[in-house]
Amino acid sequence: MAGVGDLLDGKRVCICAGSGGVGKTTSSAAIAAGMAARGKKVAVLTIDPAKRLADSLGLPELGNDERRVDPKLFADAGVDTQGGELWAMMLDAKATFDELVRRHAPDEETRDRILSNRIYEQLSAALAGSQEYMAMEKLFELHAEDRYDLLVLDTPPSRNALDFLEAPRRLMQFIEGRALQVFMRPTGLGMKVFGRGTSMMFSVLRRLTGVEVLEDLSEFFQAFSSMVGGFRERAKRVSELLARPETCFLVVCAPQGEPITEAVYFHRKLVEAELPFGGVIVNKVHYESELAAYDERLERELAEALGDDDLARRVIENFDDYRALAGRDQRNIKRLTAEMRARLVIQVPYLDTDVHDLAGLMRINEYLFAAGARERTAIAAEA
Amino acid sequence: MPELIDKRLVIVTGKGGVGKSTVALAMGLAAAAQGRRTIVCEVSSQEHTSQVFNRAEVGFHEVEMAENLWAISIDPDQAMREYLLLQLKVRAMRDLLFRSRIFTYLAAATPGLRELVTIGKIWEVALPDRKVKKGRKYDLVIVDAPATGHGVAFLQTPRTFANVARVGPIKAQAEALETFLVNHRKTGVAIVALPEEMPVNETASLEHTLTEDVGVAVDRVYMNALYPERFSRPETERLEAASQNGNGTFRAACRAALSESRRGASQREQLARLAELVSAPVRTLPFVFEPEIGVEEIRELSGEID
Repeated sequence: MAGVGDLLDGKRVCICAGSGGVGKTTSSAAIAAGMAARGKKVAVLTIDPAKRLADSLGLPELGNDERRVDPKLFADAGVDTQGGELWAMMLDAKATFDELVRRHAPDEETRDRILSNRIYEQLSAALAGSQEYMAMEKLFELHAEDRYDLLVLDTPPSRNALDFLEAPRRLMQFIEGRALQVFMRPTGLGMKVFGRGTSMMFSVLRRLTGVEVLEDLSEFFQAFSSMVGGFRERAKRVSELLARPETCFLVVCAPQGEPITEAVYFHRKLVEAELPFGGVIVNKVHYESELAAYDERLERELAEALGDDDLARRVIENFDDYRALAGRDQRNIKRLTAEMRARLVIQVPYLDTDVHDLAGLMRINEYLFAAGARERTAIAAEA
Repeated sequence: MPELIDKRLVIVTGKGGVGKSTVALAMGLAAAAQGRRTIVCEVSSQEHTSQVFNRAEVGFHEVEMAENLWAISIDPDQAMREYLLLQLKVRAMRDLLFRSRIFTYLAAATPGLRELVTIGKIWEVALPDRKVKKGRKYDLVIVDAPATGHGVAFLQTPRTFANVARVGPIKAQAEALETFLVNHRKTGVAIVALPEEMPVNETASLEHTLTEDVGVAVDRVYMNALYPERFSRPETERLEAASQNGNGTFRAACRAALSESRRGASQREQLARLAELVSAPVRTLPFVFEPEIGVEEIRELSGEID
C-alpha cells in the first residue's frame, strides 16, 4: 500500500472531505506541507472562519489571496523543500461571491443593484450552500490560473460532509428555480401569466412579510436571473473539474463510531458519483501496542519495578482505559477497511502532543507519507 | 446573574466535534433531575438524542425521553408550515399558500428563511403561553446549535431580517425574536471547547463574536474531555525510567501512563490559556474512557454540569 505521496503523484487537486472535528484542517495542511517538501508548488485553501490553518502555518492573518509560508519555517523544521513552495489562503465566501457577481453581471447597473441589495448584502453568506459553492469556485479559479502543481482544499465544516458536492447543483437549482422566474416580472404581465392564484398568493405574502421585504426579494431574484447563463456554465465546469482523473478525494475521519460511519457513507457516495476517490485518513488512532492483553503478573512486575503498589494499580487502571479505546479504534477501522476493500486506509496515531506548527505537521507526515503498512507500524512502535 | 439552568433558553454551541450534543443532553438531564421540565431542541436533524436513548426518531414532535426531559428535532419546512398556520387565521389563505408551488420554491430559495423559522419555533417552544394548541410549558429549553461558523450566522438571522424588513409583521416578529435572544436574563449561551490549542483559540474568538456582534450572553464555557491527573511529576519520572526495561506489555502499560500524563499536562496548559482568554466562567468535564458515549455516560456527565 502506498502513502499520500504516491497517491497524489501527478494529481493537480486534492480535496479533503469529512465531518467537523476530525482534524481535516490539520490533515490538509500536513498534506500540502508534505508535498511542498517533495519539491512541489502547493497551495492549501481553507474556508474556516476561525483561522485554524493560519495558526498552524505561522501565518498571522490569511485573506482571500494566497500567502506564502515562510521557507525559513521549513528550514527550522529541518526540511529541505528542494525548490517546493507552500502557499495558503483562507476563503472568504462573501468576497468570492462578490467577485463572481462582478464577473457574471451583464452590465454595471445590474452588478451594483445586486451588490447593494440588502438581501444580498446581509444574506449572501447564508445562501443555501454558498460557502461550499464558493470553495469550489475558488478552487476552479486557481486551477484555471495554473500557477500551482497541486491545490489542496480543506472543505468547509458542516454536519454533512456531502454539502459541498451538492453545492454547485443546489446553487443552480436556486438560480434556475421557479422563484426566480416568478420574480422576473413581479407585477403586471407576470401576474397574468401565472394567473389569479399567484397574484392572490402574493397579496397574502405581502400581508405576512410587509411590502418592502417582497420588493427587496423581487429585486434580488431579478438581478440574479440575469446571471443565470454565466453561473450555469461555471457550475458545470466546476463539476467537471471534480470528476477529472487529476483530482483526488481523500476522506478524513476519526476512529470513533460516528465519524467512521460517516466516512463509510461518504466513500459510497463518492463512488456512486463516479468521483476519483483516493483513500481514507483516520486521525488520532490509539497505538496498536495499547491493545495488548495482560495477566496478573503485569501488576506485580510494575509494582516491583516502580516500588509502589498504588502507582502500579493506577498504571493498570490507565492501561485498561487506553485498551478500551484502542480496541474500539481497531474494531471501527476493521469495519472501515472492509468497506473500502483494496483502497488506502492511512492511520495517523493519536500523538501525545498537540499539532499546531510546521514541525508538528511534518511529524504527522511520517505517517501520511510512509510508504507501506509495515513502515507505519514500525514508526508507531518507536513512538 | 441567575444560574445557567435557571434561564428559559440555553444555546449550546462550539466548533464541530467538541461534543455539543453530549453537553446539551447532559445539561438537559441535569435540569430534569432538579425537577425542571426541560426540552432539548436539535436543529440539523441529526437525531442525536433519540439515538442516545435508543428510541425511534423524534422528528418535529415533542417526545418525552426521560422523566422531565423532552426532545424535538426542528425541521424548517415543518416549522414554516406551523408558523403559517398560526399566522393566517383564514383557512382559505393558508390553503392558497400551501398549495402554491411558487410559494414553496420561494420559501426554499429565500436566504436565511429556514434559519429564521427555526429560531421562531425555538422561541415558541420557550413561551410560557404556547401558541400551538395544548402546547406543553417548559421551564428550560436547550438548543443543540449548529457548529461555530454556521452557528453565528444562525443566531444573527433575526436581526438581519429585522433590518431588511423596515416595516410589517416580519419586522415585528424578527424583532421579538432578536429581543428574546439578547435578553441576558432569559437567554444564555454555553460554548463547548476541547483542551487543544486551536479549539481554545476558536472558542475565544467565538465568545468575542457572540458577545460583541450578536449581543447574546455567554454564560459558560465547558472545557470538555479533560484527562484525569493520575500521576504526579515524580511518578512520571519513575515511569519514564521503568519504561526503558521490561517486556512489550510492560513497556506499553508504562507508555500509556506517560502518554496520559503528557496529554494531561498539555491539556492543563490549554485550560489555563482558555481561562485567560475568555470572560465567561469555565467549567470542566472529564474525558469519558468508554468506546461510545451512551445514556449512562451522559447521565454521569450531567452530575458535573452547573
